[in-house]
Amino acid sequence: MAELPTTTIIGLEVHVQLRTQTKLFCGCSTKFGGPPNTQVCPVCLGLPGALPVMNEQAIELAIRAGLALQCDIPPMTKWDRKQYFYPDLPKGYQISQFDLPICVDGVLEIDDPADPEKHRKIHITRAHLEEDAGKSMHDETAGSADSRIDLNRCGTPLLEIVSEPDLRTADECLAYLTKLRETMVHLGVSDCEMQEGSLRVDANVNLEIDRHGEVIRTPIVEIKNMNSFRNVAAALDYEVKRQYVEWEDTGWTIKSKGKRTFGWDDVKEVTYPQREKEESADYRYFPCPDLLPVRIPRERVESIRQSLGETPGEARERLQKQYGIKAYDADVIVSQGREMVDYFDTVATHCGDGKRASSWIQQDVLRTLKERDENIDSFPVLAADLGNLLSRVAKGELPNDRARDVFKHLVEKGGTIDQAIEALGIEAVDESEMETLVKRLLDANPKVVEDVKSGNQKAIGPLIGQAKKHNPNANPQTVRQIALRLIEQAP
Amino acid sequence: MLDSAFELLRQQAEGERSAVEIAQQAIAAIESSQPQHNAYTHFDGDLALATAKAIDEKRAAGKPLGPLAGVPVAVKDVICTSDMPTTCSSKMLRGFRPPYDATVVERLRAADAVIVGKTNMDEFAMGGSTETGAFGVTKNPWDVTLTPGGSSGGATAAVAAQTVPLSLGTDTGGSIRQPSAFCGVTGLKPTYGRVSRYGLVAFASSLDQIGPIAWSAKECALLLNTIAGYEQRDSTSLDRVVPDYVTATDSNDLRGVRVGVLREAMTADGVDPAVQAAVAHAIGVFAELGAEIVDVDLPHREYWVPTYYVIAPSEASSNLSRYDGAHYGHRSEDSDNLEAMYCKSRAEGFGAEVKRRIMIGTYALSEGYADQYYNQALKVRGLIRADYDAAFSQVDVLLGPVTPTPAFELGAKIDDPIQMYLCDLFTVGANLAGVPAISLPAGLTDGGLPVGIQLQAPALEESRLLFAGAAYQSATDYHTKRPRG
Ligand SMILES: [Zn+2]
Repeated sequence: MAELPTTTIIGLEVHVQLRTQTKLFCGCSTKFGGPPNTQVCPVCLGLPGALPVMNEQAIELAIRAGLALQCDIPPMTKWDRKQYFYPDLPKGYQISQFDLPICVDGVLEIDDPADPEKHRKIHITRAHLEEDAGKSMHDETAGSADSRIDLNRCGTPLLEIVSEPDLRTADECLAYLTKLRETMVHLGVSDCEMQEGSLRVDANVNLEIDRHGEVIRTPIVEIKNMNSFRNVAAALDYEVKRQYVEWEDTGWTIKSKGKRTFGWDDVKEVTYPQREKEESADYRYFPCPDLLPVRIPRERVESIRQSLGETPGEARERLQKQYGIKAYDADVIVSQGREMVDYFDTVATHCGDGKRASSWIQQDVLRTLKERDENIDSFPVLAADLGNLLSRVAKGELPNDRARDVFKHLVEKGGTIDQAIEALGIEAVDESEMETLVKRLLDANPKVVEDVKSGNQKAIGPLIGQAKKHNPNANPQTVRQIALRLIEQAP
Repeated sequence: MLDSAFELLRQQAEGERSAVEIAQQAIAAIESSQPQHNAYTHFDGDLALATAKAIDEKRAAGKPLGPLAGVPVAVKDVICTSDMPTTCSSKMLRGFRPPYDATVVERLRAADAVIVGKTNMDEFAMGGSTETGAFGVTKNPWDVTLTPGGSSGGATAAVAAQTVPLSLGTDTGGSIRQPSAFCGVTGLKPTYGRVSRYGLVAFASSLDQIGPIAWSAKECALLLNTIAGYEQRDSTSLDRVVPDYVTATDSNDLRGVRVGVLREAMTADGVDPAVQAAVAHAIGVFAELGAEIVDVDLPHREYWVPTYYVIAPSEASSNLSRYDGAHYGHRSEDSDNLEAMYCKSRAEGFGAEVKRRIMIGTYALSEGYADQYYNQALKVRGLIRADYDAAFSQVDVLLGPVTPTPAFELGAKIDDPIQMYLCDLFTVGANLAGVPAISLPAGLTDGGLPVGIQLQAPALEESRLLFAGAAYQSATDYHTKRPRG
């Protein structure tokens, strides 16, 4: 029997970790990857007598995020306790926001994956702040019942962004998540590193099945805690099929079954129901008496709005137009966040060559950042310095490969460009001295001369390498030009 | 007989006695009192002597000394101390030693006080008789067959038994004032937020407040000077200047002070004639001192106890969730899975009264009932606050009873929670409204038991309470009566 026409209804809850130096309610570091239980204090451990103190930076970042999502920022927000027992949750409750979240009623516009010409408006119901829990590690080896708990993550600030059930396909969800991540990274709100758990996704899914004009809604399933875009897509695809089959088998509807909680098994690639108890949780929310309600004056919201600057889309367009770089290159730079766009702007302005700046940033800067596990705001080579260095390359004062040596020197040792040039012994090479050297090399390599003459200009390559061996300051471009000229002039 | 804190400070300043000698006297007093009264859950003579010795050395070296230098102080066992256990008189926290000091303890140390030990209490401060704790009941030094009141019964008994001149209690619904009345001492519950709660193990966070206990209002002022003041680790702490409370007690001129009398409360059913007589007598004393007596009413007074017994257990049920056997404290050995560990650890670790309140609170916050109970109670709390605002627009302080009766017999109410909760009839209003209140000794019954009166003032007007209390004490001698023992 053919399947009945079906519409998939999806709403996403995305947890992004805010890029604060310290936790939501204490001064502990939020840095990822420390040895277990080293980034903890009485407050985030929930020790008796300890009290939370709100992190203003988290409020600031949440407002930034909300404004970027076109949310309203109500003048008053407050903290609530959400109670449940879990070994990762030392206080037995999570400090979160229940009925007065910091951001409400927003919109995120995405490209329609089904029609690139069109856009879709996905409504944001709310975005609220909450503290993260810790992490349990269970030793599953036979006979062992060993569970260990790392509370480093406890109290890490999260912003939970809840969409309306406006999404219809896994592709739309991916477009939404991509856009959301880009926006959060661009604004410096979050790093959105999924493998570090700084972006996690829950999806609420059900189907509307059209049985000859009668619309049947299947029970809502919330798929919890997916930590990669690939998993989100796979889980949604699986769940849509599963729900249809389940409905055919059981006839369950939203009325008869309500909402259930499922997990995603990324090894078996199936969704599976979690324990019944977790479904009927009564969190007994009530206002946290340890924290005062938070007043957010209009002026504060407006001043944050002023500081938001351009959106990622606007930045992409501007970089292409202003510097003549390709869409792909603009994309790479913008996707690194606003600080990187600022860095690029400065480099490109100082060197006067946007393409050169873009290629250096994508290759040298990004690679170095990755190697050093660093952010651009703490990068040792200032944008103006890199810009000046590249301007010397553009003017032909410095060969590209020597500039790379200078860059490496600046990264490792610091100092000015001139100090680096001096330390590396880089000097301008006299043209006639270079001609003598190339002539000597051509005489010693008649095969190269022959190959070039017969049309293979690439044969000069090894010659350039040899020239650099004799004189590290030899500019490959100059060596090539001299060599070609001499070969042409040769009888 | 241990002298007053001021006398101890004078003796040291004039070289009559050293801090070590005073500490030795306090330790001897604790050792002789403890078997009779059980006012302490922990005391450490060696530690006290070491602290005292360091203070004597500082004095000998001519270094500046804090305002409580060499004065022995006892601290209720719900306040965190890094060098002594903090148990809240619960099996759940037996042997628990916090890795940090509460702010008030830091301030005591900075003031060069000598912390001699931790005082007994009702488990997690829940109770009105210091009978619900896991480490035995505390007995009233005036008559060991009676309760000292609660939950700070250990803290008031420690003063009444003259083991220390000063102690710190906590007051969530009357837990400083009611035992102060039962033990014939002076106890102050400050304005909510006046004293940092950092390091105070939470019972009901929006009601809890740490406060001083001593024989006299002037000594309470001395201790309040040390512990009051803003602190950024407690978000509910008030960022307001701390006046010199001791200086505030220098004057006893009450002319022009309007004293509001809760006449209806004074004569309500169940109020013991001795309590009525003490309040009536106090009205006369205040009038003689020049105060203007005005009748006032707090119209929602009949809702105080029910409102309190929804809000306090609700917050407690949440605050006590952390005692689950997972991270520290008591863990049941008889469990083979996570859920059983939670259930059994809590079943074994908590006493009956704590469990009762956790269940009331869990119920009051649960889905479908929160609007009927918790949210309703929050609304009534707003009305109660408004009553106080209205009353304080007419008068400067409110005068009334602290408790309906003098100290009752040990065991008399322990199986009747409703009767026990009614001990809080006159005290919980100040906690719900967040205003300061003081309990002052105001007479003895025919049987020789202390009776107290209560003064309440607008928020942050502790000076006014201490000034009025000291004035009353300058005209009466009830605060100088000591138990025979
Ligand atoms: Zn911490």
